[in-house]
Amino acid sequence: MISLAGRDILHSWQKFALTGLGLGLLIGVTLSMAGVYRGMVDDARALLGNSGADLWVVQKDTQGPYAEASSIKDDLVRGVLGMPGVMRAANVTYFTMQVQQGNAEVRAMVVGMEPGQPGSPGYLVAGRHITRSHYEAVADIKTGFALGERIRIRRHDYTVVGLTQRMVSSGGDPMVFISLKDAQDAQFLKDNDAILNDRARTAANPAFNRPAIPGLLEAVQAAQASSHNVNAVLVQVQDGSLPEQVAQSIRRWKHLEVFTREGMEDILVAKLIATSARQIGMFLVILALVSAAIVAFIIYTMTLGKIREIAVLKLIGTRNLTIAWMILQQALGLGLIGFVVGKLAATAWAPIFPKFVLLETRDAFTGLVVTMLICALASTLAIRVALKVDPADAIGG
Amino acid sequence: MNQALHRSSAAGQSGIVIERLRKVYGHGDTAVEALKDVNMTVGPGEVVGLVGPSGSGKSTLLKCLGAIIEPTAGRMVLGGKVIYDGGWKIPDLRTLRRDSIGFVFQAPYLIPFLDVTDNVALLPMLAGVSNTHSRSRALELLEALDVAHRAQAAPSQLSGGEQQRVSIARALANRPPVILADEPTAPLDSERALGVMRILNAMAQQSQAAIIVVTHDEKIMPTFKRIYHIRDGRTVEEAGEGRALS
Repeated sequence: MISLAGRDILHSWQKFALTGLGLGLLIGVTLSMAGVYRGMVDDARALLGNSGADLWVVQKDTQGPYAEASSIKDDLVRGVLGMPGVMRAANVTYFTMQVQQGNAEVRAMVVGMEPGQPGSPGYLVAGRHITRSHYEAVADIKTGFALGERIRIRRHDYTVVGLTQRMVSSGGDPMVFISLKDAQDAQFLKDNDAILNDRARTAANPAFNRPAIPGLLEAVQAAQASSHNVNAVLVQVQDGSLPEQVAQSIRRWKHLEVFTREGMEDILVAKLIATSARQIGMFLVILALVSAAIVAFIIYTMTLGKIREIAVLKLIGTRNLTIAWMILQQALGLGLIGFVVGKLAATAWAPIFPKFVLLETRDAFTGLVVTMLICALASTLAIRVALKVDPADAIGG
Repeated sequence: MNQALHRSSAAGQSGIVIERLRKVYGHGDTAVEALKDVNMTVGPGEVVGLVGPSGSGKSTLLKCLGAIIEPTAGRMVLGGKVIYDGGWKIPDLRTLRRDSIGFVFQAPYLIPFLDVTDNVALLPMLAGVSNTHSRSRALELLEALDVAHRAQAAPSQLSGGEQQRVSIARALANRPPVILADEPTAPLDSERALGVMRILNAMAQQSQAAIIVVTHDEKIMPTFKRIYHIRDGRTVEEAGEGRALS
């Protein structure tokens, strides 16, 4: 038996190609939206994976350091290191800022870390790790910085000595690593005017400015001008130790909040990007409805244009099932063309997106199945019309 | 014409018999009696004309004969089979239309996305004949109707006369004992109209099919030996000139 649908598609291939192209671009947008969500999840997981930590120790009753602000003293790390099951522990700070890059600004997450410890960049694609105590930086290539370039962070310039890749925050902002001390200064220290103002204010306070106690005023002022806060302590547990058991121990004895990797992933994926995920989900639903409406409209109008032929086919004895199958095949063919165009389009434009777009095979497969289902559903309207066609319409009068 | 048209079906020997056929549309006060008392016989190998003014019931009669609408009363025999006698006597009307009735329309109504061969081969294929045999049958018919040279062409590439010949070939594809032609020459000039009538007559002779041609076309009236006039739902038979078609 001849494939009536196939012949019709070949006969009016331009119409199908153009419609498929339009539908394909819509499917491309849909796949990209799914890719944006996957990218966000992957960014979050990359952030956790790249930190090399098993546990995140943060301020009590907070969900820091990524989802909420967390501030703890930097000497807590020594106590954590002494806890059973802890192999390594290191202080880290995180803050996001606009960094000048040439004439443009780049939003970056500045990470203060101790080189070689948890929280430091794992691998470099160019250059070397930070070896000096101050004013060196390792930047992700997405920042656009090259080796040897200088980054202005707050009051100081940092020389880029190394480049990393896929080191991004949960929001997709590229990371810039500097030494912990520099980061503490940059994050917690006030500007010169504020320091001057604080000093004057302290000097004017008779409780601190007591001539009878030499050195008191200077000590207070020095304390005000230094920072010993960090955002979190990253912990690697010893082989054979269970992260949850070590976390329980730290929670119990240090009165701090401790998250395992699963807990932190839950915060980042289920909570931090939950609203974005719902937003994208809404878009996907709307795009699916729009796609269905387009396919339904196209197949419906194409069927209306063939009413006389359908009447003739019915008159000469074509079964309703054959006619319905022809329309369904055309809808599925349109969906297939659209899907191929959409997949190619999404693959082509994904690298241009400012944030990471992860196109997963399972999403493509789901997209194909959903597209086919939508096309099948959309064709029912046209099939209904075709089945109602009276064979008598082929005869005049 | 070649041998393709000679193979007649056994059922074709009985032609068409219509007795006291009635068709009423609607009920009660709104009922319209389109056919009141239609009686016709068309023998095997015979071509008869069916003429009448608009609204006289021609199309209704054609639809009843084509098993498209159900008559209200009467009896119809097509190709030796009683298909209607106060009710349908054939369970599957779709199969009846496919296998026993050939349709030729005013416009050819060829399927635009099939080439000429497949337009003709589609009917045997729908009847379950293999693609190879269906296409072979189609080519035989196209050869017989002098359009084999356009076998691979799309319908839109054919002239009006060629399209009509292809539609006749399609009507013949399943060797039906009955062919119903609805104004088959209306869009054609005199020469082509007579050409179509020549083909229909030859076809009727060679395949022993009974053919009813609904027409208003004065050009072809003299070609009929018998003409049925239908007025106010009743048929009146009249002898035609039966002019020979050379």
